[in-house]
Amino acid sequence: MLDAQHVTVRRGAIAALRDVSCALAPGQWLMVAGPNGAGKSTLIGAISRAVPYAGSVYLNGQNIATLRPRELARAVGVLAQRPSTGYAFTVEEVVRLGRYAYTTGPLSPPDAQGETAVAEAIDMTGIASLLGRGIHTLSGGELQRVFLAQVFAQNPQLLLLDEPTNHLDLAYQKQTFDLITQWLRAPGRAALCAAHDLSLALAYGTHALLLRAGEAVAQGPVHQALAPALLRDVYGMDVQGWMRGLLERW
Amino acid sequence: MRSAREGFRPRAYALFAGVTLLALALCISAGSVGVPLTDTLHILWRALCGLPQQQGATDPAIILAVRLPRVLCVALSGAALALGGGAMQGLLRNPLADGATLGVASGASLGAVIAIAFGITLPGLPMAGETIMAMLFAFLSLLAVLGLAYRLDTSLATHTIILIGVVYSMFVSSALTLVLALAPEKIRQITFWTMGSLAAGNYPDALMLALALLIFGGALMLRARELNAFAIGEDTARHIGVDVRRVKLLVLVAVSALIGVCVSVGGTISFVGLVIPHMARMLAGPNHRRLLPACAFGGAVFLMFADLAARTILSPLELPIGVVTSLVGATLFVYIFYTTGRKGHA
Repeated sequence: MLDAQHVTVRRGAIAALRDVSCALAPGQWLMVAGPNGAGKSTLIGAISRAVPYAGSVYLNGQNIATLRPRELARAVGVLAQRPSTGYAFTVEEVVRLGRYAYTTGPLSPPDAQGETAVAEAIDMTGIASLLGRGIHTLSGGELQRVFLAQVFAQNPQLLLLDEPTNHLDLAYQKQTFDLITQWLRAPGRAALCAAHDLSLALAYGTHALLLRAGEAVAQGPVHQALAPALLRDVYGMDVQGWMRGLLERW
Repeated sequence: MRSAREGFRPRAYALFAGVTLLALALCISAGSVGVPLTDTLHILWRALCGLPQQQGATDPAIILAVRLPRVLCVALSGAALALGGGAMQGLLRNPLADGATLGVASGASLGAVIAIAFGITLPGLPMAGETIMAMLFAFLSLLAVLGLAYRLDTSLATHTIILIGVVYSMFVSSALTLVLALAPEKIRQITFWTMGSLAAGNYPDALMLALALLIFGGALMLRARELNAFAIGEDTARHIGVDVRRVKLLVLVAVSALIGVCVSVGGTISFVGLVIPHMARMLAGPNHRRLLPACAFGGAVFLMFADLAARTILSPLELPIGVVTSLVGATLFVYIFYTTGRKGHA
Protein backbone atom coordinates (compact mmCIF):
# COMPACT_ATOMS: atom_id res chain seq x y z
CA MET A 1 0.00 0.00 0.00
CA LEU A 2 2.91 2.37 0.67
CA ASP A 3 5.52 2.74 -2.02
CA ALA A 4 8.17 5.40 -1.43
CA GLN A 5 10.65 5.79 -4.26
CA HIS A 6 14.01 7.55 -4.20
CA VAL A 7 13.08 9.91 -1.38
CA THR A 8 15.71 12.59 -0.77
CA VAL A 9 15.43 15.35 1.81
CA ARG A 10 17.93 18.19 1.88
CA ARG A 11 18.61 20.37 4.91
CA GLY A 12 20.74 23.15 3.52
CA ALA A 13 23.78 21.59 1.92
CA ILE A 14 23.47 18.20 3.63
CA ALA A 15 21.12 15.45 2.61
CA ALA A 16 19.23 14.28 5.70
CA LEU A 17 17.85 11.45 3.60
CA ARG A 18 19.39 10.25 0.35
CA ASP A 19 17.61 8.13 -2.25
CA VAL A 20 15.69 5.98 0.22
CA SER A 21 13.00 3.67 -1.10
CA CYS A 22 10.70 1.47 0.91
CA ALA A 23 7.46 -0.42 0.45
CA LEU A 24 4.82 -1.62 2.85
CA ALA A 25 1.92 -4.05 2.44
CA PRO A 26 -1.26 -4.17 4.57
CA GLY A 27 -0.73 -5.82 7.95
CA GLN A 28 2.96 -5.01 8.00
CA TRP A 29 4.75 -2.99 10.63
CA LEU A 30 7.96 -1.47 9.31
CA MET A 31 10.52 -0.47 11.91
CA VAL A 32 12.91 2.24 10.77
CA ALA A 33 16.12 1.89 12.77
CA GLY A 34 19.50 3.55 12.82
CA PRO A 35 21.69 5.70 15.06
CA ASN A 36 20.82 9.32 15.93
CA GLY A 37 20.76 11.49 12.83
CA ALA A 38 20.28 8.54 10.49
CA GLY A 39 17.11 10.10 9.06
CA LYS A 40 14.37 8.10 10.82
CA SER A 41 12.22 11.11 11.73
CA THR A 42 13.01 12.79 8.42
CA LEU A 43 11.52 9.83 6.53
CA ILE A 44 8.35 10.16 8.60
CA GLY A 45 8.35 13.90 7.94
CA ALA A 46 8.54 13.29 4.20
CA ILE A 47 5.75 10.69 4.12
CA SER A 48 3.51 12.95 6.21
CA ARG A 49 4.45 15.91 3.97
CA ALA A 50 5.81 17.90 6.91
CA VAL A 51 9.15 18.41 5.14
CA PRO A 52 9.74 19.02 1.43
CA TYR A 53 11.29 16.06 -0.37
CA ALA A 54 12.41 14.93 -3.78
CA GLY A 55 11.29 11.56 -5.11
CA SER A 56 7.79 10.17 -4.93
CA VAL A 57 5.59 8.58 -2.31
CA TYR A 58 2.60 6.53 -3.44
CA LEU A 59 -0.17 5.34 -1.21
CA ASN A 60 -2.50 2.78 -2.75
CA GLY A 61 -1.31 3.94 -6.16
CA GLN A 62 -1.92 7.65 -5.48
CA ASN A 63 0.93 10.11 -5.28
CA ILE A 64 0.58 11.76 -1.86
CA ALA A 65 1.87 15.05 -3.25
CA THR A 66 -1.41 15.38 -5.15
CA LEU A 67 -3.68 14.79 -2.13
CA ARG A 68 -5.48 17.62 -0.34
CA PRO A 69 -4.61 17.95 3.36
CA ARG A 70 -7.87 16.29 4.45
CA GLU A 71 -7.44 13.43 1.96
CA LEU A 72 -3.91 12.88 3.20
CA ALA A 73 -5.12 12.82 6.82
CA ARG A 74 -7.75 10.20 6.01
CA ALA A 75 -4.97 8.03 4.56
CA VAL A 76 -2.01 8.76 6.84
CA GLY A 77 -2.07 9.37 10.60
CA VAL A 78 0.91 10.48 12.67
CA LEU A 79 1.69 9.95 16.33
CA ALA A 80 4.37 12.41 17.32
CA GLN A 81 7.29 11.67 19.56
CA ARG A 82 6.16 13.98 22.31
CA PRO A 83 2.71 15.42 21.81
CA SER A 84 2.45 18.99 22.96
CA THR A 85 0.06 20.45 25.49
CA GLY A 86 -0.53 24.14 25.43
CA TYR A 87 -3.92 25.32 26.57
CA ALA A 88 -6.21 23.37 28.84
CA PHE A 89 -8.23 21.47 26.23
CA THR A 90 -10.13 18.47 27.52
CA VAL A 91 -9.22 14.92 26.51
CA GLU A 92 -12.53 14.58 24.69
CA GLU A 93 -11.92 17.72 22.63
CA VAL A 94 -8.51 16.42 21.60
CA VAL A 95 -9.85 13.01 20.56
CA ARG A 96 -12.73 14.56 18.60
CA LEU A 97 -10.30 16.69 16.61
CA GLY A 98 -9.16 13.43 15.03
CA ARG A 99 -12.35 13.51 12.97
CA TYR A 100 -11.46 16.85 11.38
CA ALA A 101 -10.54 15.24 8.07
CA TYR A 102 -14.06 13.86 7.70
CA THR A 103 -15.71 17.28 7.72
CA THR A 104 -15.78 19.44 4.64
CA GLY A 105 -15.58 22.93 6.08
CA PRO A 106 -16.91 25.27 8.73
CA LEU A 107 -20.54 24.52 7.88
CA SER A 108 -20.04 20.88 7.05
CA PRO A 109 -22.82 18.33 7.61
CA PRO A 110 -22.28 16.13 10.67
CA ASP A 111 -19.72 13.39 10.27
CA ALA A 112 -21.82 10.20 10.08
CA GLN A 113 -19.32 7.69 11.45
CA GLY A 114 -17.78 10.22 13.83
CA GLU A 115 -19.49 9.21 17.06
CA THR A 116 -18.76 5.51 16.54
CA ALA A 117 -15.15 6.11 15.57
CA VAL A 118 -14.55 8.35 18.57
CA ALA A 119 -16.27 5.91 20.95
CA GLU A 120 -14.23 2.99 19.59
CA ALA A 121 -10.98 4.90 19.87
CA ILE A 122 -11.74 5.86 23.46
CA ASP A 123 -12.72 2.31 24.30
CA MET A 124 -9.66 0.78 22.67
CA THR A 125 -7.19 3.07 24.42
CA GLY A 126 -9.03 2.84 27.73
CA ILE A 127 -9.24 6.58 28.35
CA ALA A 128 -12.97 6.78 29.14
CA SER A 129 -12.21 7.89 32.70
CA LEU A 130 -10.03 10.75 31.47
CA LEU A 131 -12.50 12.38 29.05
CA GLY A 132 -13.28 15.48 31.09
CA ARG A 133 -9.71 16.06 32.27
CA GLY A 134 -7.54 18.84 30.91
CA ILE A 135 -4.66 17.50 28.81
CA HIS A 136 -2.20 19.64 30.77
CA THR A 137 -2.96 17.60 33.89
CA LEU A 138 -2.08 14.22 32.33
CA SER A 139 1.08 12.18 32.77
CA GLY A 140 3.25 11.48 29.73
CA GLY A 141 1.81 7.99 29.32
CA GLU A 142 -1.80 9.15 29.61
CA LEU A 143 -1.15 11.93 27.13
CA GLN A 144 0.34 9.50 24.63
CA ARG A 145 -2.78 7.33 24.91
CA VAL A 146 -5.00 10.37 24.29
CA PHE A 147 -3.16 11.24 21.09
CA LEU A 148 -3.22 7.58 20.11
CA ALA A 149 -7.00 7.71 20.53
CA GLN A 150 -7.05 10.84 18.36
CA VAL A 151 -5.18 9.11 15.56
CA PHE A 152 -7.34 5.96 15.92
CA ALA A 153 -10.44 8.15 15.59
CA GLN A 154 -8.86 9.61 12.46
CA ASN A 155 -8.89 6.03 11.12
CA PRO A 156 -6.00 6.25 8.65
CA GLN A 157 -4.72 3.34 6.58
CA LEU A 158 -1.09 4.05 7.34
CA LEU A 159 0.03 4.98 10.84
CA LEU A 160 3.35 6.79 11.21
CA LEU A 161 4.97 6.68 14.64
CA ASP A 162 7.96 8.79 15.53
CA GLU A 163 9.71 7.05 18.43
CA PRO A 164 6.35 6.99 20.18
CA THR A 165 7.48 5.64 23.53
CA ASN A 166 10.92 7.15 23.91
CA HIS A 167 10.14 9.10 27.05
CA LEU A 168 7.65 6.66 28.55
CA ASP A 169 7.89 4.18 31.40
CA LEU A 170 8.14 0.49 30.54
CA ALA A 171 4.49 -0.26 31.28
CA TYR A 172 3.37 2.47 28.89
CA GLN A 173 5.84 1.33 26.24
CA LYS A 174 4.36 -2.15 26.29
CA GLN A 175 0.82 -0.81 26.37
CA THR A 176 1.38 1.50 23.39
CA PHE A 177 3.03 -1.16 21.25
CA ASP A 178 0.34 -3.72 22.17
CA LEU A 179 -2.37 -1.23 21.21
CA ILE A 180 -0.79 -0.62 17.82
CA THR A 181 -0.46 -4.37 17.23
CA GLN A 182 -4.16 -4.69 18.02
CA TRP A 183 -5.01 -1.77 15.70
CA LEU A 184 -3.05 -3.40 12.86
CA ARG A 185 -5.25 -6.52 12.97
CA ALA A 186 -8.06 -4.81 11.05
CA PRO A 187 -7.71 -5.24 7.28
CA GLY A 188 -6.04 -2.62 5.11
CA ARG A 189 -3.86 -1.09 7.79
CA ALA A 190 -0.09 -0.75 8.08
CA ALA A 191 2.34 1.03 10.39
CA LEU A 192 5.74 2.61 10.00
CA CYS A 193 7.65 3.40 13.15
CA ALA A 194 10.91 5.22 13.81
CA ALA A 195 12.41 2.94 16.42
CA HIS A 196 15.09 3.86 18.86
CA ASP A 197 14.81 0.71 20.92
CA LEU A 198 16.06 -2.23 18.83
CA SER A 199 14.61 -4.85 21.17
CA LEU A 200 11.14 -3.36 20.75
CA ALA A 201 11.73 -3.19 16.99
CA LEU A 202 12.59 -6.90 16.88
CA ALA A 203 9.69 -7.83 19.15
CA TYR A 204 6.90 -5.91 17.41
CA GLY A 205 8.04 -5.19 13.84
CA THR A 206 7.36 -7.43 10.88
CA HIS A 207 9.82 -5.62 8.63
CA ALA A 208 12.66 -3.20 9.12
CA LEU A 209 14.60 -0.51 7.32
CA LEU A 210 18.10 0.19 8.60
CA LEU A 211 19.42 3.68 7.94
CA ARG A 212 22.86 5.19 8.34
CA ALA A 213 23.57 8.88 7.73
CA GLY A 214 20.51 9.25 5.53
CA GLU A 215 21.06 6.19 3.41
CA ALA A 216 19.35 2.80 3.45
CA VAL A 217 21.72 0.03 4.52
CA ALA A 218 19.29 -2.87 4.60
CA GLN A 219 15.60 -3.64 4.46
CA GLY A 220 13.40 -6.67 4.57
CA PRO A 221 11.86 -8.93 7.20
CA VAL A 222 12.81 -7.60 10.60
CA HIS A 223 15.32 -10.28 11.63
CA GLN A 224 17.03 -10.07 8.27
CA ALA A 225 17.31 -6.27 8.08
CA LEU A 226 18.39 -6.00 11.70
CA ALA A 227 20.82 -8.93 11.58
CA PRO A 228 23.69 -8.73 14.12
CA ALA A 229 26.37 -8.21 11.45
CA LEU A 230 24.51 -5.28 9.90
CA LEU A 231 23.84 -3.66 13.27
CA ARG A 232 27.50 -4.02 14.25
CA ASP A 233 28.46 -2.26 11.07
CA VAL A 234 25.93 0.58 11.38
CA TYR A 235 26.19 1.26 15.11
CA GLY A 236 29.96 0.67 15.27
CA MET A 237 29.62 -1.76 18.16
CA ASP A 238 28.58 -5.32 18.90
CA VAL A 239 24.89 -4.54 19.44
CA GLN A 240 23.80 -8.14 19.93
CA GLY A 241 26.57 -8.84 22.42
CA TRP A 242 25.75 -5.69 24.36
CA MET A 243 22.01 -6.45 24.50
CA ARG A 244 22.63 -10.04 25.61
CA GLY A 245 25.12 -8.82 28.18
CA LEU A 246 22.49 -6.47 29.56
CA LEU A 247 19.90 -9.24 29.73
CA GLU A 248 22.24 -11.52 31.66
CA ARG A 249 22.05 -9.14 34.59
CA TRP A 250 18.45 -10.23 35.11
CA MET B 1 -21.27 9.28 25.46
CA ARG B 2 -22.55 12.83 25.48
CA SER B 3 -23.23 14.84 22.37
CA ALA B 4 -20.56 16.86 20.65
CA ARG B 5 -21.86 20.37 21.36
CA GLU B 6 -18.80 22.52 21.78
CA GLY B 7 -20.23 26.00 21.32
CA PHE B 8 -22.48 28.01 23.62
CA ARG B 9 -26.22 27.38 23.76
CA PRO B 10 -28.54 30.07 22.34
CA ARG B 11 -29.52 30.89 25.94
CA ALA B 12 -25.92 31.84 26.70
CA TYR B 13 -25.76 34.06 23.63
CA ALA B 14 -28.98 35.80 24.72
CA LEU B 15 -27.43 36.39 28.14
CA PHE B 16 -24.21 37.82 26.65
CA ALA B 17 -26.17 40.07 24.31
CA GLY B 18 -28.34 41.26 27.20
CA VAL B 19 -25.33 42.11 29.37
CA THR B 20 -23.63 43.89 26.46
CA LEU B 21 -26.74 45.98 25.72
CA LEU B 22 -27.13 46.83 29.38
CA ALA B 23 -23.50 47.97 29.55
CA LEU B 24 -24.08 49.99 26.38
CA ALA B 25 -27.08 51.75 27.92
CA LEU B 26 -25.22 52.42 31.17
CA CYS B 27 -22.19 53.85 29.39
CA ILE B 28 -24.39 56.07 27.24
CA SER B 29 -26.33 57.48 30.16
CA ALA B 30 -23.29 58.12 32.37
CA GLY B 31 -20.84 60.95 31.69
CA SER B 32 -20.12 64.61 32.36
CA VAL B 33 -23.84 65.32 31.90
CA GLY B 34 -25.68 62.46 33.57
CA VAL B 35 -28.85 61.38 31.81
CA PRO B 36 -31.02 59.03 33.88
CA LEU B 37 -31.00 55.48 32.50
CA THR B 38 -34.78 55.50 31.91
CA ASP B 39 -34.53 58.73 29.90
CA THR B 40 -31.65 57.27 27.92
CA LEU B 41 -33.68 54.18 27.09
CA HIS B 42 -36.63 56.37 26.12
CA ILE B 43 -34.48 58.44 23.78
CA LEU B 44 -32.94 55.33 22.21
CA TRP B 45 -36.37 53.73 21.80
CA ARG B 46 -37.80 56.82 20.14
CA ALA B 47 -34.81 57.01 17.81
CA LEU B 48 -35.08 53.31 16.93
CA CYS B 49 -38.80 53.63 16.15
CA GLY B 50 -38.31 56.85 14.22
CA LEU B 51 -40.52 58.82 16.66
CA PRO B 52 -39.83 62.54 17.20
CA GLN B 53 -37.80 63.43 20.30
CA GLN B 54 -39.13 65.78 23.00
CA GLN B 55 -39.09 69.41 21.99
CA GLY B 56 -36.39 71.65 23.45
CA ALA B 57 -34.49 68.94 25.37
CA THR B 58 -30.68 68.82 25.00
CA ASP B 59 -30.39 65.22 26.18
CA PRO B 60 -31.40 63.60 22.88
CA ALA B 61 -28.66 65.53 21.09
CA ILE B 62 -26.01 64.48 23.62
CA ILE B 63 -27.14 60.87 23.56
CA LEU B 64 -27.70 60.41 19.83
CA ALA B 65 -25.11 62.69 18.28
CA VAL B 66 -22.22 62.28 20.71
CA ARG B 67 -22.44 59.37 23.11
CA LEU B 68 -24.14 56.65 21.13
CA PRO B 69 -21.75 56.74 18.15
CA ARG B 70 -18.77 56.94 20.48
CA VAL B 71 -19.87 54.05 22.70
CA LEU B 72 -20.76 51.98 19.65
CA CYS B 73 -17.26 52.53 18.26
CA VAL B 74 -15.81 51.60 21.65
CA ALA B 75 -17.86 48.42 21.92
CA LEU B 76 -17.10 47.31 18.36
CA SER B 77 -13.37 48.09 18.73
CA GLY B 78 -13.26 46.13 21.96
CA ALA B 79 -14.95 43.15 20.33
CA ALA B 80 -12.66 43.26 17.28
CA LEU B 81 -9.45 43.66 19.26
CA ALA B 82 -10.29 40.88 21.72
CA LEU B 83 -11.38 38.55 18.93
CA GLY B 84 -8.17 39.23 17.00
CA GLY B 85 -6.06 38.66 20.12
CA GLY B 86 -7.85 35.42 20.96
CA ALA B 87 -7.39 34.05 17.43
CA MET B 88 -3.73 35.05 17.40
CA GLN B 89 -3.01 33.40 20.73
CA GLY B 90 -4.58 30.20 19.47
CA LEU B 91 -2.79 30.23 16.14
CA LEU B 92 0.63 30.84 17.69
CA ARG B 93 -0.06 28.79 20.82
CA ASN B 94 1.26 31.75 22.75
CA PRO B 95 -0.92 33.35 25.43
CA LEU B 96 1.06 36.59 25.28
CA ALA B 97 0.41 37.27 21.59
CA ASP B 98 -1.60 40.42 20.95
CA GLY B 99 -1.62 43.35 18.55
CA ALA B 100 0.39 45.40 21.01
CA THR B 101 2.94 42.78 22.07
CA LEU B 102 3.58 41.67 18.49
CA GLY B 103 4.04 45.24 17.27
CA VAL B 104 1.10 44.94 14.87
CA ALA B 105 -0.81 47.84 16.40
CA SER B 106 2.19 50.16 16.22
CA GLY B 107 2.78 49.02 12.65
CA ALA B 108 -0.83 49.84 11.81
CA SER B 109 -0.58 53.30 13.36
CA LEU B 110 2.58 53.93 11.36
CA GLY B 111 0.60 53.09 8.24
CA ALA B 112 -2.22 55.47 9.23
CA VAL B 113 0.26 58.22 10.12
CA ILE B 114 2.07 57.88 6.80
CA ALA B 115 -1.28 58.17 5.05
CA ILE B 116 -2.04 61.41 6.93
CA ALA B 117 1.41 62.92 6.69
CA PHE B 118 1.78 62.33 2.98
CA GLY B 119 -1.87 62.78 2.11
CA ILE B 120 -2.51 59.27 0.80
CA THR B 121 -6.23 59.02 0.09
CA LEU B 122 -8.62 57.10 -2.05
CA PRO B 123 -10.78 59.34 -4.24
CA GLY B 124 -14.33 59.56 -2.95
CA LEU B 125 -13.73 57.84 0.38
CA PRO B 126 -12.42 60.28 3.00
CA MET B 127 -11.09 57.79 5.61
CA ALA B 128 -10.20 54.95 3.30
CA GLY B 129 -6.55 55.94 2.76
CA GLU B 130 -5.78 55.69 6.46
CA THR B 131 -7.76 52.52 6.94
CA ILE B 132 -6.23 50.69 4.01
CA MET B 133 -2.72 51.79 4.98
CA ALA B 134 -3.32 50.74 8.59
CA MET B 135 -4.53 47.29 7.49
CA LEU B 136 -1.66 46.89 5.07
CA PHE B 137 0.94 47.92 7.61
CA ALA B 138 -0.63 45.68 10.24
CA PHE B 139 -0.29 42.72 7.89
CA LEU B 140 3.27 43.58 6.84
CA SER B 141 4.27 44.08 10.49
CA LEU B 142 2.82 40.71 11.39
CA LEU B 143 4.71 39.05 8.54
CA ALA B 144 7.95 40.79 9.52
CA VAL B 145 7.72 39.90 13.21
CA LEU B 146 6.62 36.31 12.59
CA GLY B 147 9.19 35.81 9.86
CA LEU B 148 11.99 36.99 12.08
CA ALA B 149 10.77 34.99 15.07
CA TYR B 150 10.38 31.88 12.93
CA ARG B 151 14.03 32.02 11.93
CA LEU B 152 15.04 32.00 15.58
CA ASP B 153 12.55 29.51 16.92
CA THR B 154 10.26 27.56 14.64
CA SER B 155 7.71 26.75 17.34
CA LEU B 156 6.77 30.44 17.86
CA ALA B 157 5.37 29.39 21.22
CA THR B 158 8.04 30.99 23.35
CA HIS B 159 8.88 34.45 24.55
CA THR B 160 11.24 35.03 21.58
CA ILE B 161 8.38 36.28 19.47
CA ILE B 162 7.29 38.78 22.13
CA LEU B 163 10.84 40.08 22.39
CA ILE B 164 10.96 40.61 18.64
CA GLY B 165 7.56 42.30 18.77
CA VAL B 166 8.83 44.72 21.40
CA VAL B 167 11.98 45.50 19.41
CA TYR B 168 9.84 45.97 16.33
CA SER B 169 7.57 48.40 18.23
CA MET B 170 10.62 50.44 19.18
CA PHE B 171 11.71 50.50 15.56
CA VAL B 172 8.24 51.63 14.50
CA SER B 173 8.13 54.37 17.13
CA SER B 174 11.37 55.82 15.80
CA ALA B 175 9.91 55.65 12.29
CA LEU B 176 6.87 57.53 13.66
CA THR B 177 9.13 60.20 15.10
CA LEU B 178 10.80 60.48 11.72
CA VAL B 179 7.45 61.02 10.02
CA LEU B 180 6.64 63.65 12.67
CA ALA B 181 9.88 65.43 11.86
CA LEU B 182 9.02 65.40 8.17
CA ALA B 183 5.45 66.63 8.66
CA PRO B 184 5.50 68.86 11.75
CA GLU B 185 2.24 70.61 10.86
CA LYS B 186 0.33 67.33 11.38
CA ILE B 187 1.71 66.76 14.87
CA ARG B 188 -1.63 67.06 16.72
CA GLN B 189 -3.38 64.67 14.40
CA ILE B 190 -0.52 62.23 14.58
CA THR B 191 -0.12 62.05 18.36
CA PHE B 192 -3.79 61.10 18.48
CA TRP B 193 -3.00 57.77 16.79
CA THR B 194 -0.26 56.88 19.16
CA MET B 195 -2.32 57.64 22.29
CA GLY B 196 -5.54 55.99 21.24
CA SER B 197 -8.87 57.73 21.58
CA LEU B 198 -12.39 57.01 20.46
CA ALA B 199 -13.72 60.40 21.61
CA ALA B 200 -14.43 61.44 18.03
CA GLY B 201 -16.15 58.20 17.06
CA ASN B 202 -19.02 58.75 14.64
CA TYR B 203 -21.61 56.62 12.85
CA PRO B 204 -19.57 55.99 9.68
CA ASP B 205 -16.70 54.73 11.89
CA ALA B 206 -19.10 52.47 13.77
CA LEU B 207 -20.44 51.14 10.49
CA MET B 208 -16.95 50.39 9.22
CA LEU B 209 -16.05 48.61 12.47
CA ALA B 210 -19.27 46.61 12.34
CA LEU B 211 -18.58 45.53 8.77
CA ALA B 212 -14.99 44.55 9.61
CA LEU B 213 -16.19 42.60 12.62
CA LEU B 214 -18.82 40.85 10.55
CA ILE B 215 -16.48 39.90 7.70
CA PHE B 216 -13.13 39.25 9.39
CA GLY B 217 -14.46 38.35 12.83
CA GLY B 218 -16.90 36.00 11.13
CA ALA B 219 -14.09 34.45 9.10
CA LEU B 220 -12.19 33.76 12.31
CA MET B 221 -15.20 32.25 14.07
CA LEU B 222 -15.73 29.90 11.12
CA ARG B 223 -12.17 28.66 11.64
CA ALA B 224 -12.66 27.76 15.30
CA ARG B 225 -11.88 24.06 14.75
CA GLU B 226 -8.68 24.83 12.90
CA LEU B 227 -7.67 27.27 15.63
CA ASN B 228 -8.28 24.56 18.22
CA ALA B 229 -5.90 22.30 16.33
CA PHE B 230 -3.28 25.04 16.10
CA ALA B 231 -3.71 25.79 19.80
CA ILE B 232 -2.78 22.18 20.55
CA GLY B 233 0.14 22.29 18.13
CA GLU B 234 0.86 23.10 14.52
CA ASP B 235 2.04 19.52 13.99
CA THR B 236 -1.24 18.21 15.35
CA ALA B 237 -3.08 20.56 13.01
CA ARG B 238 -1.15 19.25 10.01
CA HIS B 239 -1.55 15.62 11.04
CA ILE B 240 -5.33 15.78 11.38
CA GLY B 241 -5.64 17.33 7.93
CA VAL B 242 -5.76 21.09 8.44
CA ASP B 243 -4.51 23.06 5.44
CA VAL B 244 -1.90 24.69 7.65
CA ARG B 245 -0.60 27.32 5.24
CA ARG B 246 -4.00 28.45 4.08
CA VAL B 247 -5.55 28.71 7.51
CA LYS B 248 -2.52 30.53 8.87
CA LEU B 249 -2.65 33.05 6.05
CA LEU B 250 -6.38 33.52 6.48
CA VAL B 251 -6.09 34.09 10.23
CA LEU B 252 -3.16 36.49 9.82
CA VAL B 253 -5.03 38.51 7.19
CA ALA B 254 -8.22 38.62 9.26
CA VAL B 255 -6.40 39.61 12.45
CA SER B 256 -4.40 42.34 10.67
CA ALA B 257 -7.58 43.65 9.08
CA LEU B 258 -9.36 43.81 12.44
CA ILE B 259 -6.43 45.53 14.15
CA GLY B 260 -5.90 47.84 11.17
CA VAL B 261 -9.51 49.03 11.16
CA CYS B 262 -9.51 49.54 14.94
CA VAL B 263 -6.28 51.53 14.78
CA SER B 264 -7.54 53.67 11.91
CA VAL B 265 -10.63 54.56 13.96
CA GLY B 266 -9.27 54.82 17.47
CA GLY B 267 -5.48 54.75 17.36
CA THR B 268 -3.46 52.28 19.41
CA ILE B 269 -5.52 50.80 22.21
CA SER B 270 -3.16 48.30 23.76
CA PHE B 271 -3.68 45.08 25.62
CA VAL B 272 -7.43 44.56 25.04
CA GLY B 273 -6.44 41.61 22.87
CA LEU B 274 -4.34 40.26 25.72
CA VAL B 275 -6.54 40.83 28.78
CA ILE B 276 -9.87 39.68 27.41
CA PRO B 277 -8.84 36.38 25.79
CA HIS B 278 -6.99 35.52 28.98
CA MET B 279 -10.07 36.09 31.12
CA ALA B 280 -12.35 34.45 28.56
CA ARG B 281 -10.13 31.38 28.56
CA MET B 282 -10.38 31.14 32.34
CA LEU B 283 -14.17 31.31 32.18
CA ALA B 284 -15.06 29.53 28.94
CA GLY B 285 -12.04 27.26 28.38
CA PRO B 286 -9.64 27.21 25.44
CA ASN B 287 -12.04 25.80 22.83
CA HIS B 288 -12.35 28.53 20.20
CA ARG B 289 -16.00 27.73 19.55
CA ARG B 290 -16.68 29.26 22.95
CA LEU B 291 -13.56 31.34 23.37
CA LEU B 292 -14.03 33.56 20.32
CA PRO B 293 -17.64 34.57 21.02
CA ALA B 294 -16.74 35.10 24.68
CA CYS B 295 -13.83 37.33 23.57
CA ALA B 296 -16.10 39.39 21.33
CA PHE B 297 -18.70 40.08 24.03
CA GLY B 298 -16.12 40.42 26.79
CA GLY B 299 -14.01 42.81 24.74
CA ALA B 300 -17.01 45.01 23.98
CA VAL B 301 -18.06 45.24 27.63
CA PHE B 302 -14.50 45.70 28.92
CA LEU B 303 -13.66 48.52 26.54
CA MET B 304 -16.98 50.30 27.18
CA PHE B 305 -16.22 50.39 30.89
CA ALA B 306 -12.58 51.35 30.27
CA ASP B 307 -13.87 54.22 28.14
CA LEU B 308 -16.36 55.18 30.85
CA ALA B 309 -13.52 55.22 33.38
CA ALA B 310 -11.36 57.28 31.02
CA ARG B 311 -13.98 60.00 30.67
CA THR B 312 -15.36 60.09 34.22
CA ILE B 313 -12.52 59.40 36.71
CA LEU B 314 -10.83 62.80 36.32
CA SER B 315 -13.88 64.56 34.87
CA PRO B 316 -13.96 67.09 33.24
CA LEU B 317 -10.46 66.04 32.17
CA GLU B 318 -10.61 63.04 29.83
CA LEU B 319 -7.88 60.39 29.91
CA PRO B 320 -6.86 58.67 26.70
CA ILE B 321 -8.56 55.27 26.72
CA GLY B 322 -5.27 53.58 25.81
CA VAL B 323 -3.88 54.69 29.17
CA VAL B 324 -6.61 52.85 31.04
CA THR B 325 -6.29 49.63 29.04
CA SER B 326 -2.50 49.73 29.25
CA LEU B 327 -2.56 50.07 33.03
CA VAL B 328 -4.73 46.98 33.34
CA GLY B 329 -3.04 45.14 30.50
CA ALA B 330 0.57 45.69 31.48
CA THR B 331 -0.11 44.38 34.96
CA LEU B 332 -1.76 41.27 33.60
CA PHE B 333 1.04 40.82 31.05
CA VAL B 334 3.58 40.64 33.86
CA TYR B 335 1.37 38.16 35.70
CA ILE B 336 0.98 35.86 32.66
CA PHE B 337 4.66 36.17 31.82
CA TYR B 338 5.52 35.20 35.36
CA THR B 339 3.18 32.22 35.57
CA THR B 340 3.89 30.84 32.09
CA GLY B 341 7.63 31.24 32.52
CA ARG B 342 7.38 28.92 35.48
CA LYS B 343 5.18 26.11 34.27
CA GLY B 344 4.19 26.25 30.63
CA HIS B 345 0.91 27.97 29.89
CA ALA B 346 -2.40 27.01 31.39
